[in-house]
Amino acid sequence: MSVSDIWDVLVLGVVLGSLYAVIAIGYTLVYGVLQLLNFAHSEVFMSGGYGGVIALTLVEPVADPSGLQSFGYVILGICAGALLGGLVAFGLEKAAYLPLRRRNAPRLVFLITAIGASFFLYNLAGKLFGRYPMPMPTMYENRKLFEIFGTSVSVTQLIIVVTALVMLLLVDFVVNRTKLGSGIRAVAQDPEVASLMGVNIDRVVSRTFVLGGLMGGVAGFLFGTNLQVEYTMGFLPGITAFAAAVLGGIGNVRGAMLGGLTLGVVEAFTVELWGDAWRYVGAFAVLILVLMFRPTGILGERVGRTA
Amino acid sequence: MSTQVESDPLPSAEPSGAAAPPALLELRDLHVFYGAIEALKGVSLTVGEGEVVALLGANGAGKSTTLKTASGMLAPRAGEVLLHGERVDGITSHELVQLGIGHVPEGRRVFPRMTVLENLRMGAYRLRRPDPADLDRVFTLFPVLAERRKQIGGTLSGGEQQMLAIGRALMGKPELLLLDEPSMGLAPLIVQQIFEILKEINAQGTTLLLVEQNASRALALADRGYVLETGSVVMSDDADALLADPRIRAAYLGESVE
Repeated sequence: MSVSDIWDVLVLGVVLGSLYAVIAIGYTLVYGVLQLLNFAHSEVFMSGGYGGVIALTLVEPVADPSGLQSFGYVILGICAGALLGGLVAFGLEKAAYLPLRRRNAPRLVFLITAIGASFFLYNLAGKLFGRYPMPMPTMYENRKLFEIFGTSVSVTQLIIVVTALVMLLLVDFVVNRTKLGSGIRAVAQDPEVASLMGVNIDRVVSRTFVLGGLMGGVAGFLFGTNLQVEYTMGFLPGITAFAAAVLGGIGNVRGAMLGGLTLGVVEAFTVELWGDAWRYVGAFAVLILVLMFRPTGILGERVGRTA
Repeated sequence: MSTQVESDPLPSAEPSGAAAPPALLELRDLHVFYGAIEALKGVSLTVGEGEVVALLGANGAGKSTTLKTASGMLAPRAGEVLLHGERVDGITSHELVQLGIGHVPEGRRVFPRMTVLENLRMGAYRLRRPDPADLDRVFTLFPVLAERRKQIGGTLSGGEQQMLAIGRALMGKPELLLLDEPSMGLAPLIVQQIFEILKEINAQGTTLLLVEQNASRALALADRGYVLETGSVVMSDDADALLADPRIRAAYLGESVE
């Protein structure tokens, strides 16, 4: 493995990892406010992919788009992905989790519901949009854009990394600098007291789902730009991003970003060194190793809430 | 003035004070359950505007439950909570905050991973436009919080956390402040300091309803007091009268009488 190979793999890893980071935010935010492992988040991601594909298929991109047209198509895809992701996450919370919270259902019931909602959503997508992959319409010529250290970076790769970076900065700003963010953090640390401060917990929880859904939806579209969109596309990236959230310290937003990037890079190197069959082995081995020595994840102070 | 001693729930547990201030908070015949256990068996009490009212009693008497019901954390199965004569029972706590009730919960419960400043800002969450003067006021009352404004809440000492919890509640500009055991687990000197500040807060116009194990301190600060036993009010009178009452001295002051 030469030095330039290392850069090749690193670029692949960062592209993949930035997607995982964006998806992982959705897991970690929801876990923070509800201590819920929202396994249906992978389907929010998938919905975003369909949102992008459907919007672009309806628009029918011209054959040889100008730079401005290409830019417009990508922005449209991002917005459509965010919209559908946000809507599905909003509906998911209202239909599946809110009734359980009203009844003070035990944790296990939430978990089973999350898994059930995941099955429901991806099978619904398969029914609605067909079981065959939907190709992403060509929005731009995916040419080599520039080189860093002898490694070429394509248009798609740049779009993914830049969009992911913007999303991550945005969510970090929302969580740390806005009123919604202080509500989210207060509910995560002590919901009862948050309520005594005037925080409407139901509203904060709903908006947390939407925030995670917007992120997941955009990630779904970005994932689709590379390949295609399929009803089962959520499962593996979803599980990996969930692992990334745990690796970084679940409940911690910056931890999710770090965990996502780490798993993406490890995955890319594993594939390069041992082949595609080992793809998820390396990443999950790292997860298990880190958790053995730091059970709360890299940046996590603790899992869950005391008292 | 006579001391009422009753074992049955009181329909109206008012001491026959001459010039009672208009009622800010009124609890009428509250029955509150935890599952099948009846924690409050018909509690009635009144807190007048500008007063300091102490709620005394042993562990498990229902003091915290009474406060939690007043601030909407618990819903009564029967009975009424009135704020300025309007029924507010059944209203959730985040809405009650908007009506001017601040609650300093038992065990302080500062947000452990927020700084002192962030904790105080959370206290002003309910306000559309927080007033910078409120922060100055809290820092004047508790200079130590100003010194430690960047420190993480969970790393403060017990006394500092209690001050932060009180300061945080004040940031919401409450008309009525409910305090649940502000002296719990604190060194006597700190307790004295906190009670002096509570007196100052009351002098600045905030009404206080205070739950305390430390009966002598609480009654020294309070205008009136209620004594709870196993979910019922068994005595209520002016603080001085309660402080002089031999039964109170025996049951709640014990060794602590100087």
